[in-house]
Amino acid sequence: METILGLDLPTLWFLVIGGLITGYGVLDGFDLGAGSLHLFFNKEESRRKALNAIGPVWDGNEVWLVIAGGALFAGFPLVYGTILSTFYIPFMLFLVALIFRAISIEFRSKEPMAWWRKLWDISYMASSTLITLLLGLVLGNLIHGLPINAEHEFTGDLLTFFNPYALLISITTLSLFMLHGSIYLVMKTENRLYAKLTVLVNNCSKFFILCFILASMSTLIYIPHMTAVFKEYPLLFALPLLAVLTVLNIKRSIDSRRYFTAFVFSSIITSILLILFAIGLYPNIIISTLDPAYNISIYKAASSPKSLKIMLLIAAIGTPLVLSYTIFVFWTFRGKVKLNEMSY
Amino acid sequence: MPSVEILARIQFAFTIAFHYIYPPLSIGLGLCLVIMEGMYLRTGKKMYEDITRFWIRIFALIFGIGVATGIVMEFEFGTNWATYSRYVGDIFGSALAAEGIFAFALESGFLGVLLFGWNRVSKGVHFFATIMVALGSMFSALWIVVANSWQQTPAGYIIEGEGLEARAIITDFWAMVFNPSSVDRYIHVVIGAFLAGAFLVMSVAAWYILKRRFVTHAQAMFRVGLSVAVVAALLQLFSGHRSAEYVSEYQPAKLAAMEGHYDSLAVADMYLLGWVDAKSGKTTGIRVPGGLSFLTHGSFQAPVTGLNAFPKNEQPTAVNFVFQTYHIMIGIGMTLIALSLLAVFLLWRKKLFSQRWLMRIFVLAVLLPQIANQAGWYAAETGRQPWVVYGLLRTSDALSKDVKAHQVMFSLILFTLVYALLLVLFLYLLNKKIKHGPDITTNEEEQSDEYSKRNIGQLPVTHHS
Ligand code: HDD
Ligand code: HEM
Ligand code: HEM
Repeated sequence: METILGLDLPTLWFLVIGGLITGYGVLDGFDLGAGSLHLFFNKEESRRKALNAIGPVWDGNEVWLVIAGGALFAGFPLVYGTILSTFYIPFMLFLVALIFRAISIEFRSKEPMAWWRKLWDISYMASSTLITLLLGLVLGNLIHGLPINAEHEFTGDLLTFFNPYALLISITTLSLFMLHGSIYLVMKTENRLYAKLTVLVNNCSKFFILCFILASMSTLIYIPHMTAVFKEYPLLFALPLLAVLTVLNIKRSIDSRRYFTAFVFSSIITSILLILFAIGLYPNIIISTLDPAYNISIYKAASSPKSLKIMLLIAAIGTPLVLSYTIFVFWTFRGKVKLNEMSY
Repeated sequence: MPSVEILARIQFAFTIAFHYIYPPLSIGLGLCLVIMEGMYLRTGKKMYEDITRFWIRIFALIFGIGVATGIVMEFEFGTNWATYSRYVGDIFGSALAAEGIFAFALESGFLGVLLFGWNRVSKGVHFFATIMVALGSMFSALWIVVANSWQQTPAGYIIEGEGLEARAIITDFWAMVFNPSSVDRYIHVVIGAFLAGAFLVMSVAAWYILKRRFVTHAQAMFRVGLSVAVVAALLQLFSGHRSAEYVSEYQPAKLAAMEGHYDSLAVADMYLLGWVDAKSGKTTGIRVPGGLSFLTHGSFQAPVTGLNAFPKNEQPTAVNFVFQTYHIMIGIGMTLIALSLLAVFLLWRKKLFSQRWLMRIFVLAVLLPQIANQAGWYAAETGRQPWVVYGLLRTSDALSKDVKAHQVMFSLILFTLVYALLLVLFLYLLNKKIKHGPDITTNEEEQSDEYSKRNIGQLPVTHHS
């Protein structure tokens, strides 16, 4: 099989898609987390500031999801079709929640009535939280494995998704994004809201650490296929170790109020957790609980080498472009949030 | 309960039709914004800044709903059409991925600057962001139309595997991108979008003129909209003609359905209005005898392949529907040409804005390009049936095998409710923004147009915040 930089094409695409999903997690993660925390702010002004902290960037961040979806479709059409039709109802709810988040942000400040704003605030928090929980649920089930038969068809039902492990991962994702979002907000705010957020950040970090420990233990105990590869390549143990160090660093930076550092570390932990997950699965993407022979590996699912190569080229041209204007936009809107007449 | 196939088709048609209310407006308004802001930078007139800001706010609303409903489309391929996704992933996926990377990231990234950047970046950078957003929306139409055109006229591929395992594999990227219909359809779609945006601008402007509010601003908006509309409406006629030509070459069954033509041995007519009785295979109406023969073969006497030449299971199923939607589009195309030419003529005679009857028509005319855009897609997509990939994959084979009817029903009801809410909110807020109107930052409102022309360059160009 053809290789580039010593990696075969499906593996490269696995990395590209992993990178895109990680990008989505790091970027939209803080938007979603900020959304989940929204109702903790009581004052109208605080809520507006919190919204405007993500105002100019959330839409651009969501595009990473769109690109990741497109890349999955392009690189592994079999996985794209199988995952989406398997998680049919969860994905439909996910899409509706995405719509509600978008319109809540857009519409909330368009009317002055208190009930109107309250309604959209609730909808904003509920949809952000639902998006996060559903993402976590899908992730948890992918790690856990699914009853997929030889025809790549899902043989379970809706209840199959609600196994304890997947639920735990779902909650862990929520705690991670809440932490990430609270750190982002604390960086972008000042005065009263800042003071309130410093307390919130602390609580979020405790919540996350608790979930992190529980999730790590249950993965070690209940999901043998995730740990097998680590036994094979002990060097990989560096990663979980790094994860623990990162978590400790988040705690330390928060305690000493160095929030930018904390944000860097919460971005890193999001990435590491996703990388661990990818390493555990590789070279499979979908694990069948019925028979390992039905696992869908990247080799089974990949598009033709020609298509993969063309798209690598597209990605190689496109990624620097996307990164450069992402940076441009973040740079333009650096600093603390100030409200003005164009704000939400 | 109806079959999964019927439900999934209804769901796709419903969600894409709803999505397609917004992209044409985004694309068309994007162009109008570039013109308005360009005028502002060139003339320095605050009035143009005011109208640019006003339309950016409306643009943001439309764009937001376009994005929200577009994401649904992207994932719906996988949820409802898993077999199709596997079949075309090799080809369709690359277009979708390219769209995400090149187009969506561009538009969404710079949208933030467009909306919130007025006081943060210089005028030049802001204008640049406006151009990027406009270009981004046009690019996104490019990729999606390429993908759709490939389904209509596949090229640059081979089929690998058999039966359910079969899939199309890319052999020639450029042949895939420039498949026989993609260029013409792209042009047709984008011009249709320009018309939608331009007519929205003119509709709002005409309403202000009727209400005697923001009159100077409204006239400026109207002129921007009209300049786009008149060029686009004329070009659309040629572009539509090209479309009909390639349909006659590559999808003769579709063309026959569009004109309700059954008998292959007969001369084919072209209808202005008509009705197809699919049972008897008869079409009646007002027609140009031999018109279709002339269009396809350059002669009024030449016979044209009719529907009867195709086996029953390869004929489009809803012939009258294809016929009607196609003719609605063309009728509207002609109406738009007439309207915009008339307006240009009256503008030249300096009588346009006092024609209250015409202003009333323009207020309502915003619906025409919308209807034509929808009708055009319905004709193109329903005329392609029973194929999802023309000649290769049947719609009935393209479904997700493990999805049950009740699941599709559930999501269909869910989307119907959510979209109904979305539409109500959209119209409510649009109406509110229009009622509010542009924020006037100068006292130009009292000045006549002539007065401000003499003062170009002397008007205060202070930035308000
Ligand atoms: C002619 C143009 C056109 C057509 C035929 C379609 N779209 Fe669309 N789409 C756009 C033009 C567009 C746009 C102008 O780029 C939008 C609308 C408003 C907007 O904000 O971007 C958009 C938004 C949009 C988004 C959100 C992008 C973002 O986050 O910025 C997605 C994922 C899709 N679309 C996907 C689709 C799919 C899968 C389609 C086909 C089934 C489709 N669109 C038809
Ligand atoms: C925005 C523009 C579009 C509109 C308005 C549109 C319209 C429609 C309609 C009305 C149907 C239902 C046809 C029927 O059931 O008889 C349909 C079906 C379909 N279209 Fe399109 N379409 C658009 C763009 C696309 C694009 C870009 C693609 C893919 C590249 C696409 C792929 C499909 C598929 C997969 C189906 C479902 C199978 C079928 O029923 O034919 N469409 N579309
Ligand atoms: C003026 C005369 C017009 C003619 C002769 C014409 C012709 C056509 C033809 C033949 C198709 C089918 C192409 C296919 O199936 O692949 C088509 C599709 C379409 N038309 Fe038109 N058209 C006209 C005006 C318009 C106008 C005014 C609009 C919108 C404002 C419009 C929007 C569309 C759209 C959105 C499609 C579907 C996309 C496509 O297939 O290109 N058309 N048109």
